[in-house]
Amino acid sequence: MAVDEETIRRIARLARLELGEAEVARLADEASKILEWVEVLGRVETAGIEPVSAVIPKPHRWRADEVTDGGLGEALLANAPARAHGFFAVPKVIE
Amino acid sequence: MSTGAIIEGRTGPWEMVLGLEVHAQVISKSKLFSGAATAFGAEPNAQVSFVDAAFPGMLPVLNGECVRQAVRTGLALGCTINRWSRFDRKNYFYADLPAGYQISQYQHPVVGEGALEIALEDGSTRTVGIERIHLEQDAGKSIHDLNPELSYVDLNRAGVALMEIVSKPDMRSPEEAGAYVATLRAILRAIGACDGNMQEGSLRADVNVSVRRPGAPFGTRCEIKNVNSIRFIQQAVAFEARRQVAILETGGTIHQETRLFDPDRGETRSLRSKEDAHDYRYFPDPDLLPLELSEAFIEECRASLPELPAARRMRYEAELGLSPYLARLLTADMEQSVWFEALLAETAARQGRPAREVAEKAANWMTGELFGALNRLGLGIGQSPVSPAQAAALLAMVADGTLSGPLARQVFELMLETGEDPAAIAEARGLKQVSDTGALEAAIAEVLAAHAAKVAEYRAGKDKLFGFFVGQVMKATGGRANPALVNTLLRQALG
Repeated sequence: MAVDEETIRRIARLARLELGEAEVARLADEASKILEWVEVLGRVETAGIEPVSAVIPKPHRWRADEVTDGGLGEALLANAPARAHGFFAVPKVIE
Repeated sequence: MSTGAIIEGRTGPWEMVLGLEVHAQVISKSKLFSGAATAFGAEPNAQVSFVDAAFPGMLPVLNGECVRQAVRTGLALGCTINRWSRFDRKNYFYADLPAGYQISQYQHPVVGEGALEIALEDGSTRTVGIERIHLEQDAGKSIHDLNPELSYVDLNRAGVALMEIVSKPDMRSPEEAGAYVATLRAILRAIGACDGNMQEGSLRADVNVSVRRPGAPFGTRCEIKNVNSIRFIQQAVAFEARRQVAILETGGTIHQETRLFDPDRGETRSLRSKEDAHDYRYFPDPDLLPLELSEAFIEECRASLPELPAARRMRYEAELGLSPYLARLLTADMEQSVWFEALLAETAARQGRPAREVAEKAANWMTGELFGALNRLGLGIGQSPVSPAQAAALLAMVADGTLSGPLARQVFELMLETGEDPAAIAEARGLKQVSDTGALEAAIAEVLAAHAAKVAEYRAGKDKLFGFFVGQVMKATGGRANPALVNTLLRQALG
């Protein structure tokens, strides 16, 4: 499957990536090649085979409903670019 | 099936088509995928784990209680329970979503189709289909009005478990939408899966509205986001349907979009959004195994369900002989229903009679006297100054003739004020009904002596004067005379 430049621009916008025109062309080419390569798998007959969600069968572990975390204080906010009154502070995002 | 509200447009009748996505916060101590607390009203960011804040390398671990509550909710709504479901990532950027994705269930929800029966004001019922229920994380909270340049983010709510309960587009009027949310809320509260507190945001709805000519295919819908009261849902629906009709009747077309309801203006407004805003690029969350449920687990969930409001309503009608109106009124709210159950048990025990024989009087008293008083005082049933046992004592005093209706009302007012038992109040204030034949005969003799002329008129055939004598005797006894006894004794005396 070929990926066109418009698709690359849309994906970049959704991922909040800023791309130059040269990069767009290069990525369209690379993405197309990657998809072509993966499409090889399409040749395998998979009708009637259950999708594999885990290689090692393992019963899921559920957590008991107990409060065991939180109250991190400084550790939580330490890396925040900005903060105020215990909140994370970010540029105004209201629409 | 549609007999809902028809909008009479300039060019003919239109019908509204409504579907609701209700977000209900699951009652749990900790979050859906972390051990941080969920309690409302904590200091900002005090209930956040590194998982909720999406620190690198942190892994989600599913809270079994949240799964249990979603399955119980599904069973209560008669839904199919999917033995295999999966968590997916819903990708979008917003400041209060630190991971850049919300963990939700897209293609394979834990609960499938079911149905909810709703009762309308006119006594008719309608069935609203449930499309699905899935589990997902709540986002954090952004606060925009504390600083002119900055938005503040509190992640306490981030990661709290929500159930999204999606209806089929089966509703046709604001009344049906309101009844649907009220009924759903009553069930969620009855089974303890969600506290239903709409002010605190524990229950909120996205409302899908479209209009069409009756019987025509569905029109294009608009989604009104995050409406947090039943009244607002009804206002938003009514406004939005009229707005769409006005556009269509002037030759315009409806564009599918997300809108906001502004309660101050009573209108919906477009949320300006980019065309690709809804490209969520769902994919299975690689950090979580599929959710597989055993038959034993599902049966445990089923066995843990209490009597549901609809079943209780039918039992009140069939076993207690209550009218459909009373039965509905007493089962709409879990707390009220529990109060009534206690009142009924106490009343039956105190009077030594079967519940069926005392149910109607107890129900009438509760929905009339008690609800009226609580309404006047602005109190919920949980804050009633009078307990079910005290109310049962009051009803017993009426049943055995100790109190007449008017006296019971006086005693009840004093119970509301003081919280004291009715027997103590009646004793202390001398409010007991006078059923002492001797005392009443004396009062009657005095009244007749004082109105000898009227007695003569009565005896000459002016029957209407009987009521006058009753009134005088009641007045002479301060309203405490047993009215039935007064009647009997008066007839004898005037005989």
